[in-house]
Amino acid sequence: MTPIMELRNVTKVYGSSGLLAKKGTAALKSMNLALEADDPSILAVVGESGSGKSTLASLILGFISATEGEVLYNGKDVKRLSNAERQVYRREVQAIFQDPFAVYNPFYRVDHVLNVPLSKFKLARTKAEAQRMMEEALSAVGLRPEETLGRYPHQLSGGQRQRIVVARALMLKPKLIIADEPVSMVDASLRATILESLRTLNKDLRIPVVYITHDLATAYHVSDQIVVLFRGEVVESGETETVIKNPQHSYTKLLIDSIPWPDPERRWGQTKEEFEQELHSVARQATASGSRWMPE
Amino acid sequence: MVEPPHTEGSVSDQLLQVRDLLVQYHTDRGVVKAVNGVSFDLQPGERLGLVGESGSGKSTMALALMRMIKAPGRVAGGQILLHGQDLLALSEEQMRKVRGAKISMVPQGAMNSLNPVARIKDQIIDTMKDHDMSMSKTQMEERAAQVLEMVDLKREVGRMYPHELSGGMKQRVCIAIAVAMRPDVIIADEPTSALDVVVQRQVMETFGKLQDLMGVAIILIGHDMGLMAQFVDRLAVMYAGQFADLSPIRETFSEPLHPYTQMLINSLPSLDVKGELKGITGLPPSLLKLPSGCVFHPRCPSVMERCTKQVPMYQEVRPQRWVACHLYDEVKP
Repeated sequence: MTPIMELRNVTKVYGSSGLLAKKGTAALKSMNLALEADDPSILAVVGESGSGKSTLASLILGFISATEGEVLYNGKDVKRLSNAERQVYRREVQAIFQDPFAVYNPFYRVDHVLNVPLSKFKLARTKAEAQRMMEEALSAVGLRPEETLGRYPHQLSGGQRQRIVVARALMLKPKLIIADEPVSMVDASLRATILESLRTLNKDLRIPVVYITHDLATAYHVSDQIVVLFRGEVVESGETETVIKNPQHSYTKLLIDSIPWPDPERRWGQTKEEFEQELHSVARQATASGSRWMPE
Repeated sequence: MVEPPHTEGSVSDQLLQVRDLLVQYHTDRGVVKAVNGVSFDLQPGERLGLVGESGSGKSTMALALMRMIKAPGRVAGGQILLHGQDLLALSEEQMRKVRGAKISMVPQGAMNSLNPVARIKDQIIDTMKDHDMSMSKTQMEERAAQVLEMVDLKREVGRMYPHELSGGMKQRVCIAIAVAMRPDVIIADEPTSALDVVVQRQVMETFGKLQDLMGVAIILIGHDMGLMAQFVDRLAVMYAGQFADLSPIRETFSEPLHPYTQMLINSLPSLDVKGELKGITGLPPSLLKLPSGCVFHPRCPSVMERCTKQVPMYQEVRPQRWVACHLYDEVKP
């Protein structure tokens, strides 16, 4: 069975096409990734700012194209899809982004965000049907439609707005969901609810989810598999449980040691000296591989 | 109204004593009670954490302690005693001498507010110029270099401009500015919210080091319970402008008293139990129109009849453990 989404040797270089900049910045280097639809799992992609997480999301969503390598959707290169195929791909691969404010136009009611894709993809024949679909999707993410529809974005909390975005993705009956830092701008108390709705999508509706985050603690809880990115390269991947409990790469160890676990009995990993040493060894490796990652 | 707590020690032990602090914003739609009767004590060299959802009044409280509330906001009542001196009673001129020198702040997003066209050392010296006219230029430059070293930056950073620094370095510069006058209290409002985990840990360790070095007390404001668990001695949980509880950090986690704190702790990811995450249902109330009785009663799982009518007392139910909840009415000390 062909994976629903596959990245083959994908490299993305920014800023190399210009006349002045001969050598661009490689945001992602020879990335390989395959997502199966038969056994839908949640894949966490973790890394710091500049590790290539969002570049990966943009590639999968077809916002940018790979400099080298192929991005395949159901075995077809997304660059070479026919118009009809592209339409299907656009509907089936849905995204949830970081900022629950930027998605909305403050002048429109939140219904607008739900209505646009319905009419764009001609999913509802009548107004009543559109209404019913919106209500179903909202209920599925734990929102009460009567308290949500007809409101303006500023009348809802960040958590509610983010759940509407999840509902919007859900309504389109997607085959793959890319969630790029979906909870980093949401209060801790609401985080759990949103992550829970992602898990529901995955477990009950059997949709594979790519969960992109810098937060290892939530990645650990939500995901089945994990990929650790460091300066555009995969440094470690595998079953989440194994990677977090027994990290092999020094960068993964460093990340895990830096998690502030919400437990006063579990103090930050090692002593400060060991931590600094680890940091410097990672920095040396980075410098050796030609990247500019510098812990100060 | 919330009763003032009994003092935990004699007046001289306490560095900062806040009593019944009330901060209100007057808007067209009514009075927003952003800080609604908060009382607490801070000991010298203590690390106090302050958590709460967005809009719970954390940042307003920080600004009030610095006396930096601007219209339409206003401190409507209470006392802020620093070394026994009421900051709210000082003239603006007197307050300027205290601000930055005795009590200072690293505001939220401070690292994006550095002046892009001024060298780092000049931005540090600015504070000194404002407070102490007796220092010569060389002395001030030396002090600036010293504080940069205290926050684990090289003294050469002083000659650089903000755009030459990474986020973590900029945040350290802001800390250096805050400690340049060797204050007794630093208020850090979400100091690491825009930083990566590795850098976050480094910045927090810088704070820890400063505290060991200078014995400065730190009020850490944020919503990351993990960070609090790693850093603070005591934790105050704020809800709708009030303290729900205040306890030593270990006890907050091992046996949270207030139902809100219990739910907050249960919603956290831990390394031991992978799997279910539990959110807190409902939304925080509008500060324009607070619920009757206990402000948390509409979301509380253990709500009782009296919660809807009577405001719970904020009291010390066990040594060092303060809570505002009717569940503990009978266990008066």
